[in-house]
Amino acid sequence: MNLRRDVFQAIADPTRRAILLLVASQAMSAGAIAANFDTARPTVSKHLQILTECELLEQEQNGREIFYHFNPNKMKEVADFIEPFRKMWDDRFNKIEAIMKKYKSK
Amino acid sequence: MEQKTKIIADDGKQELVITREFDLPLELLFKAYAEPKIVEEWMGTKVLKLECKKHGSWQFETTDPKGNKYGFNGVIHEFIPNRKIIRTFEMDNTPFGVQLEFYEFEKLTDDTSKLNMHVIYESVAQRDGVLQLPFAKGINMAHDRIQDIVSKLK
Repeated sequence: MNLRRDVFQAIADPTRRAILLLVASQAMSAGAIAANFDTARPTVSKHLQILTECELLEQEQNGREIFYHFNPNKMKEVADFIEPFRKMWDDRFNKIEAIMKKYKSK
Repeated sequence: MEQKTKIIADDGKQELVITREFDLPLELLFKAYAEPKIVEEWMGTKVLKLECKKHGSWQFETTDPKGNKYGFNGVIHEFIPNRKIIRTFEMDNTPFGVQLEFYEFEKLTDDTSKLNMHVIYESVAQRDGVLQLPFAKGINMAHDRIQDIVSKLK
């Protein structure tokens, strides 16, 4: 299993989250993205590669430069991911509430 | 919309926090965790043992429609009525490991209360495994999946 391609691994890193925030507002070239960080350029490139591999970013060739777009659909997967787990607990707690109300009225 | 049940599971951490506000007085909410008969009712499980005291232990067992039995167990580290329970939780015969659970019960008003559950796992991978585990299709599916995993281990 390649963990790098896991979307959750991808967003676990603070620099990568900062990159996503940047690119979410507008598509940017690798150079323009790197200019926002103190990190070495190859490090930023590596982050971009990981984000692209897990489809949080999409590349588009624009003349000689590659622009990076944010992919909101992939991000939605992340948000949805926890929802079934939350729902399971919500159902369980609702059950407690219903059952205990019965005890209350006794 | 404000959700009654909230989950906080930060990336890369081996813990999660579950909070819930109840339309129940604190004492009733706590009772749901302390009385074996009531635990059986809402968890749909058989309580084999529930020693609500420091250094006590607990043991539950559920049976699926096919008659397969699944065990859960742990020890109770702290038990302060209407305030706090610290316990461990483990599913028998699974690779999910042991988790440490802190339950904090809080009075909001005379008729409402809040539960704060803080759960710590052995590793980030284990927590993420638990998060992904069953939930899309409910706990019964989880049991099937656990069984698959376990049978592969044999």
